[in-house]
Amino acid sequence: MRRTRQLLKRTIPVLAGTAAAALLLAGCGGASVNQAAAAGSSDTPCGTVNVALNAWVGYTANAAVYSYVAQNKLGCTVVQKDLSEQISWQGFGSGEVDVILENWGHADLTKQYITDQKVAVDAGPTGNEGHIGWYVPPWMVQKYPDILDSKNLNKYASLFATSESGGKGQVLDGDPAFVTNDEALVKNLGLDYKVVFSGSEAALIQSFRTAEKNKTPLLGYFYEPQWFLSEVPLKKVSLPAYTPGCDADAEKVACDYPDYKLNKVMAKKFADSGSPAAKLLKAFSWTNADQNSVATDIQGGMKPDAAAKKWVDAHPDVVAAWLK
Amino acid sequence: MSTLVRDRAPVQTSANTLRPPRKRLSRRVLLLGAAGVLWLLGFLFLHGTSTLTLPASELTDLHRSLNQFNAWVASNRADNPVFQYVFTPFRSAVDSVANLFTGTFAASSTGLRLPEIGWLGTVGLLSWIAFAVGNARVGLLTAAAFTFFGLQGLFTEAAYTFALVLTAVLFSLLIGIPLGVLSGISGRVSQVITPVLDFMQILPTFVYLAPLALIFLIGPASAVIATVIYAVPPLIRLTAHGIRNIPENTREASDSLGTTGLQRLLTLQLPLARRTIVMGVNQSTMAALSMVTIAALIAAPGLGQVVVRALQSLDVGTAVNAGLSIVLLAIVLDRVTTAASRRAEPGAARKRRISRRSRYILLAVSLVVVLVMVQLSRTMLWAAAFPKNLNFGPDIVSGVGAASEWLQTNLSLFTVSFREALTNGILNPFQSLLTETPFYLLVAVVLVAAYALGGWKLALVTASCLAAIIYLGLWSDAMVTLASTLVATAVVMVLGIIFGVAMGRSNKVDQIMRPMLDAGQTMPAFVYLVPFLGLFGATRFTAIVAGIIYAAPVAIKITADGIAAISPTVMEAAVSSGSTPWQVITKVQLPMARKSLALAANQGLIYVLAMVVVGALVGAGGLGYDVVAGFVQSSLFGKGLAAGLAIVFLGILLDRMTQAAAADPVRKIRSAKSSAH
Repeated sequence: MRRTRQLLKRTIPVLAGTAAAALLLAGCGGASVNQAAAAGSSDTPCGTVNVALNAWVGYTANAAVYSYVAQNKLGCTVVQKDLSEQISWQGFGSGEVDVILENWGHADLTKQYITDQKVAVDAGPTGNEGHIGWYVPPWMVQKYPDILDSKNLNKYASLFATSESGGKGQVLDGDPAFVTNDEALVKNLGLDYKVVFSGSEAALIQSFRTAEKNKTPLLGYFYEPQWFLSEVPLKKVSLPAYTPGCDADAEKVACDYPDYKLNKVMAKKFADSGSPAAKLLKAFSWTNADQNSVATDIQGGMKPDAAAKKWVDAHPDVVAAWLK
Repeated sequence: MSTLVRDRAPVQTSANTLRPPRKRLSRRVLLLGAAGVLWLLGFLFLHGTSTLTLPASELTDLHRSLNQFNAWVASNRADNPVFQYVFTPFRSAVDSVANLFTGTFAASSTGLRLPEIGWLGTVGLLSWIAFAVGNARVGLLTAAAFTFFGLQGLFTEAAYTFALVLTAVLFSLLIGIPLGVLSGISGRVSQVITPVLDFMQILPTFVYLAPLALIFLIGPASAVIATVIYAVPPLIRLTAHGIRNIPENTREASDSLGTTGLQRLLTLQLPLARRTIVMGVNQSTMAALSMVTIAALIAAPGLGQVVVRALQSLDVGTAVNAGLSIVLLAIVLDRVTTAASRRAEPGAARKRRISRRSRYILLAVSLVVVLVMVQLSRTMLWAAAFPKNLNFGPDIVSGVGAASEWLQTNLSLFTVSFREALTNGILNPFQSLLTETPFYLLVAVVLVAAYALGGWKLALVTASCLAAIIYLGLWSDAMVTLASTLVATAVVMVLGIIFGVAMGRSNKVDQIMRPMLDAGQTMPAFVYLVPFLGLFGATRFTAIVAGIIYAAPVAIKITADGIAAISPTVMEAAVSSGSTPWQVITKVQLPMARKSLALAANQGLIYVLAMVVVGALVGAGGLGYDVVAGFVQSSLFGKGLAAGLAIVFLGILLDRMTQAAAADPVRKIRSAKSSAH
């Protein structure tokens, strides 16, 4: 009992103090600086747009420019949510995500959310074109000029061997979120290589960066547009050319990856709402060079919002065309 | 993976001590040796057959059927009564508490998005609370840390993280204390709850994050619930542990006074177990903090998002700056809860330097000051939002960035050859021993070892775990993961013994090491993994290093506690009989701390296993990669879920085996029978 009393004695002043603080706060509620300024920004004709923010800088560039225009030219309230790709798509169904600004294929998600559940719709291409493939750091091309042809890869296999690849050459794969046929490619092209999964984009970029700096050999899966290519211009290895349908059977693929027309996706509800932000999304389109310039600014430490403003101010007619 | 405290069966001192122990020991060694020989022979002759390999992009039928889960949730969310009457109200309750705290400390949803209590008020109020429940030292520490967040330019983010951790801990208390009490009182509840807790702690968060976001929607509520799932088990375990460990005669004394069950609980069990319960709160808080980066993936605001965003561009400086805040927040919460538990100890009141009365006066005076600060922070802009010109964040960022660049440039070639030597010399042979031996042979070997360590019961548990892994279709990946896990644990134990002994023997070393160990445990792994990627490349080696950094602190701490707990008289006797320090360590301290060493090995293993998924992000492959792939690609969801379950079974298997091995070696088979539950 004594101990309980002791406990009470100690906790009561704490509780009393907190209660007193709360009372004081309630009493002075009206005087807060926060409330005083609240009247300024109130409702707008556009309303709120929930933008999913996927974790790569190219996407951030798209999102920054779209959000900047929606906020400053249309007066919308933009809420950006950091999400992984799959969870962003889930958000369409529950109404928590309105917009995805750069989508790389994802046939499975497209089927699930656009075709089957009908909660999302395609909002057209972003104008960016995505390339996936095998890349080597630039120093290797200077030293081994014929390395860019996949037929010569077996000649160099021992060069690419690491502690992870069990005596064969190593093909380093990246973020599992991206489409990969690499295991099938190695098998079907008869390459003396083994696919090693680095597991994340960060690991992949860091590996290429080290490889270029220390002049160590590396063959890996990569893609463009990607900000890192402006830091280290990786060179693409030419695999047998893509022809429509050559990747139909995932186990028999023996050709390069197709070019991806990157597109935007929006929630069905948002598309039907007639919001000017939905119209802006459909019209939003720019080039790889545009995206890279904004992405490089963000990469260099600029706030996404400031980088977007810089680009928008420099390209008034492109933006005007989106808003028409 | 926080503490997995289990009650070990008391050492039995029964009839069979009369039997010569030598005979029993030799039988165990014989069995283990036979298992080893069987394994080696099998590897030599049947090498590469029946390895059950499954390429990374292929699925089994089981994986395909598990894929349906997400679609099922999506189609049922609207009208299933479970969703309507259980999940949705629960979600709104969590949401409103989270919003209350974030609105108070971090940012309101209206107006200038300033919090209800600005930075000055937050610093004052939290320090005062720390002072009131703990002591002046932790009060000052709180004030210093929160001001430092502001100087780092991260005050709002830190306040968000603090608010969400507070919410998660609050819900953990609401759920954990009653369940812990129940499982402490009733053995049956405890039996049911223990495997569930194992699941909650070992199942990688990536497995359930996507379904959770589907059920509880994107945002703070899902983040808090994910955190609670991970943070509540240590609290339940420690509460139960505290209640169960009350001496029998104390309970009988209270019973003889005619107390009812509820009275006994309120006046005896809870007060006596209070210190252990506060330790549970402490562990639960640490676990909650370690979830902030993962929670950021489902849009939980705070420091985790700064880390995740910095990683997109491999900005080590920014990530370390935010990681530093997380570590500091962890240290503050840890020290405050520890001080509170010290204050809760019986007899603590007598030892104080100032009288209770002057303490009250001090508290009252400082409260008035704090209230003035709170009021200021609500009316003055400079006290509401942290001044922008007092921002040293960019300096920290560029300093750390330069340092990591220097390390990578100058050490890289050395580290790569070091990695190659270790990988080719130890890891690769060991891994091929595991992956290339036929699975049936390996199962037999493990079963014999389990029988030798813990008798039929352990062999049965082991058999069902192995059968489950085979059924899940991920045997080969599980063996890859097992190889790295065991290698990492071996290194963890070596570090645990070296540093643990040093800390246990010297208070000064202990004081220097503790903050570093706390940092190792709470710094989000990816913050230091980026420079490590530069040093060691995307390899299993890097993943093993990550596991070691996370798991070594707990092994070191447990070992140090064990060494420090050896009675001083024993030590004095050893020293006065002329033993050298080396003799004291090897002949007295290590043997006497055997139980702690065993617990350290067990915990080290579980902690390493907790890093399997993070390791997969830097090249570990194996089960962790399957989990990560399942999180990001919906067509691989089923395989990821299966891999998560396989990790759980692997964890349970390793945990039970090490526990059995840790039991008294002489009476191994006897005592393990009761402990392998």
